[in-house]
Amino acid sequence: MKLSYYPGCSLRGTAHDYDGSVKAVCAELGIELVELADWNCCGASSAHMTEHELGVRLPLRNLLIAGELGLDVLVPCAACFQRLKAADKEVRKAPKFWDVAGYDPTFKIVHISTLLSSPDMIRRLHERATHSLSGLRIGCYYGCLSLRHPKITDAVHFEQPDSLETMMDAIGAEPVRWSHRTECCSGSLTMARPDIAARLVGDIVGAARRAGAEALVTDCPMCQANVESRQLELPEDEQLPVYYASELLYAALTGTYRAEQQRVHLVSATIDVQACREDGRIGREERP
Amino acid sequence: MEASPISPAHSNEKLLAKLADRGVDVHACYQCGRCSAGCPITEFFDITTMEVVRLAAYGAEEQLLSSSAIWLCAACETCASRCPNDIDIAVLMDVLRELARRKGVVPAEKRVALFHRCFLQSIKHWGRAYEVGLIAGYKVRSGDLLGDMKLGMKMFARGRLKLTPHPIAGKAEIKKMFAGQGKEYER
Ligand code: SF4
Ligand code: SF4
Repeated sequence: MKLSYYPGCSLRGTAHDYDGSVKAVCAELGIELVELADWNCCGASSAHMTEHELGVRLPLRNLLIAGELGLDVLVPCAACFQRLKAADKEVRKAPKFWDVAGYDPTFKIVHISTLLSSPDMIRRLHERATHSLSGLRIGCYYGCLSLRHPKITDAVHFEQPDSLETMMDAIGAEPVRWSHRTECCSGSLTMARPDIAARLVGDIVGAARRAGAEALVTDCPMCQANVESRQLELPEDEQLPVYYASELLYAALTGTYRAEQQRVHLVSATIDVQACREDGRIGREERP
Repeated sequence: MEASPISPAHSNEKLLAKLADRGVDVHACYQCGRCSAGCPITEFFDITTMEVVRLAAYGAEEQLLSSSAIWLCAACETCASRCPNDIDIAVLMDVLRELARRKGVVPAEKRVALFHRCFLQSIKHWGRAYEVGLIAGYKVRSGDLLGDMKLGMKMFARGRLKLTPHPIAGKAEIKKMFAGQGKEYER
């Protein structure tokens, strides 16, 4: 399988480890990625929030670059995904208005979790995972932008998504049932109104802990950064690390969770990977 | 709507035309309150999400543009996804912010508006968001030099902050967009 790849700005900055783990997981699963040449920022979220023209034209430039390759484009960042989808739909409605008269690309814009939770990829995960995250009780946290607005994202189960749970189950972790999976963490306000972000993040982390989660897992770089950084005021034993799904998949595929990876977390993050049982199934033994 | 003392004709038809243009039918609201109920930030707003919709139907532009609600809205799209009448409240918020900016209305949440400006500056300059420059620019201009100092140091120590920007080759195309490509027609 060959896809084009739009990393977006976060993945070249604060979320560089997300970029690394996405690429590594794709390589392990036999997915070839071709990065879009000279891609630009999609503008999320300040562009569309304050200037409609920019909010469409910035992502549109990337869509035109993707069109030249013609491959489905993989997007790991929820905000970029939502903006590329929104621009695509907006421009299709009135291509001439956006100065791209013949605009009608055939490639799909694919969010990472849609790809990695597809039956084919789950089968590959089962086949190729050498290790299990058995016993890790995890809260799957989606946040907003890979899901909403469904008329932009085309998410079918936007209130009750399950792609992260499907992936976590496939690597032996135990997704908990909890209430705040799709609640907003207010990442776009985190710099200017840290007080609001701390309050929302506190609610999210509290709900996950009540459900018995020992950690959170997400597929959004803004959520990862915001939810980890805004719980630092909480007592240490009430903090939950926030993993990227790709980071945990990589651990299960290779049996390694490197010290460099642990170190980039703001909340202390360790996982113990266990070898798969001999029958090839991922074990679910009690942890010591 | 028939003309009456509270009809939009009394205040602002232009705003309503703009909203109609973006596919936002504020008149469809029957005030069920679902948008406010699901909004994660509405309790911090000076007017609730539902009030924003109803005031927009009145064309009450002044009150809306000077509200804190439009700047505190995090664009999470919960309201719009759940509105039984399919009113795109998130787009309504976008339109109101843009209008406030164009009209030079002093934002009720100055720091939020400033953050958006710094973010766009960064894109204009590099073609991509350069986080360290963006944070530094925001800190200097907001005067909030000490807030999050500890967090910044921690992120730096953990290797989360990259000190060099990655400018793109097609910067000229980005500059053109910022210079107002398409705006000739006052869209
Ligand atoms: S959810 Fe829709 S109909 Fe209900 S109050 Fe909000 S805008 Fe009005
Ligand atoms: S988009 Fe804005 S108004 Fe709507 S629910 Fe989210 S924060 Fe509230």
